[in-house]
Amino acid sequence: MVEFLLPKNSVLKKGKEFPAPKNAMRTKRFEIYRWNPDSGENPRIDTFHIDLDSCGPMVLDAVLKIKNDIDTTLAFRRSCREGVCGSCAMNVNGKNSLVCIKAIEDYEGTIKIFPLPHMDVIKDLVADMTNFFAQYSSIKPWIETQTPAPADRERLQSKEERKKLDGLYECVLCACCSTSCPSYWWNSDKYLGPAVLLQASRWLEDSRDENVGERLDELEDPYKLYRCHTIMSCTDTCPKGLNPAKAIADIKKMMVLRQQG
Amino acid sequence: MDFQTPLAKVRGLGSAKAGTGHFWMQRITAITLIPLSLWMVAFTQNLLNASHEEIVTWLAGPLDTVLAITWVVAAFYHAALGLQVVIEDYVHTEWIKISSIWVMKLSFLFFVIAAIVALFKISMMG
Repeated sequence: MVEFLLPKNSVLKKGKEFPAPKNAMRTKRFEIYRWNPDSGENPRIDTFHIDLDSCGPMVLDAVLKIKNDIDTTLAFRRSCREGVCGSCAMNVNGKNSLVCIKAIEDYEGTIKIFPLPHMDVIKDLVADMTNFFAQYSSIKPWIETQTPAPADRERLQSKEERKKLDGLYECVLCACCSTSCPSYWWNSDKYLGPAVLLQASRWLEDSRDENVGERLDELEDPYKLYRCHTIMSCTDTCPKGLNPAKAIADIKKMMVLRQQG
Repeated sequence: MDFQTPLAKVRGLGSAKAGTGHFWMQRITAITLIPLSLWMVAFTQNLLNASHEEIVTWLAGPLDTVLAITWVVAAFYHAALGLQVVIEDYVHTEWIKISSIWVMKLSFLFFVIAAIVALFKISMMG
């Protein structure tokens, strides 16, 4: 049935506090969600006071500083530190983002960092992405054709045809959009979510793909596609500035066109 | 133990091959309800200072009867589609979800039929 309250073992407790070095001139307070599955304890919020003069400019730099210098047990994902790998997606002050491309100085007061919302947590800031990537696999994110490729060249595409993929191919699958979507929070077992639907749109728009009808057949479902209620949190939160809500609307338009057109 | 793969879980029973009709009719009824509701608001405003006899005479007019019936059908259809989505969103126990959707839909159908019968009766009185 409907659940209104957090389960008892998910209620947040106050955690440890780590003060800044005594000689620090400019400090910033960070509150970070911590949970260790092996401890059997509830999740807690640890507070870290960071010396900004010995820390890089981005939120990821502060998280790395905490791991390197203050508490090595902090778990999180990161890789490219320039917004192209999609690993360091976290919830910062209530908004999902890639922390490697968010500057500390853009946040006033305390910076609160949580794992991506409404996902199972593996440890600390590491969310379980299993279901998300299985959903991505389910839309067959590769070209499907019946016509064999030309023997002497690649499958051609005009500049206009290629342009249709702009705003779709740039997605790094960080899951910021999907995990900001209330509809995905309630029904992520069945609703594909904005990130995966944006990718579905990327293949539906590809002029070289010959399986549009079958792809639409797979998506035509009250849950897989139509759980999108145009809430727009996805577009609001996308750290790459993409518009998943529009991609979903375009898929719905295709659905209506093939019935009414 | 659960050895089913994540992909098998995501694929589940497959696509229901439905939903577009629901999505489309929700929009069509919404657009239809804009002019109909303007008429309904204007009509309801007149009711405030009208006698029972005057109301019956207005409602019994052929255009007003047709508009009232159309409004009732469109409004209840639209509400049923919307409430179905709300139930599907928030109720996760399958049997409660399916049964509450059908209780809601059949209740609304009953209200629509009752409203149409009432309007016909008024129409006969006029």
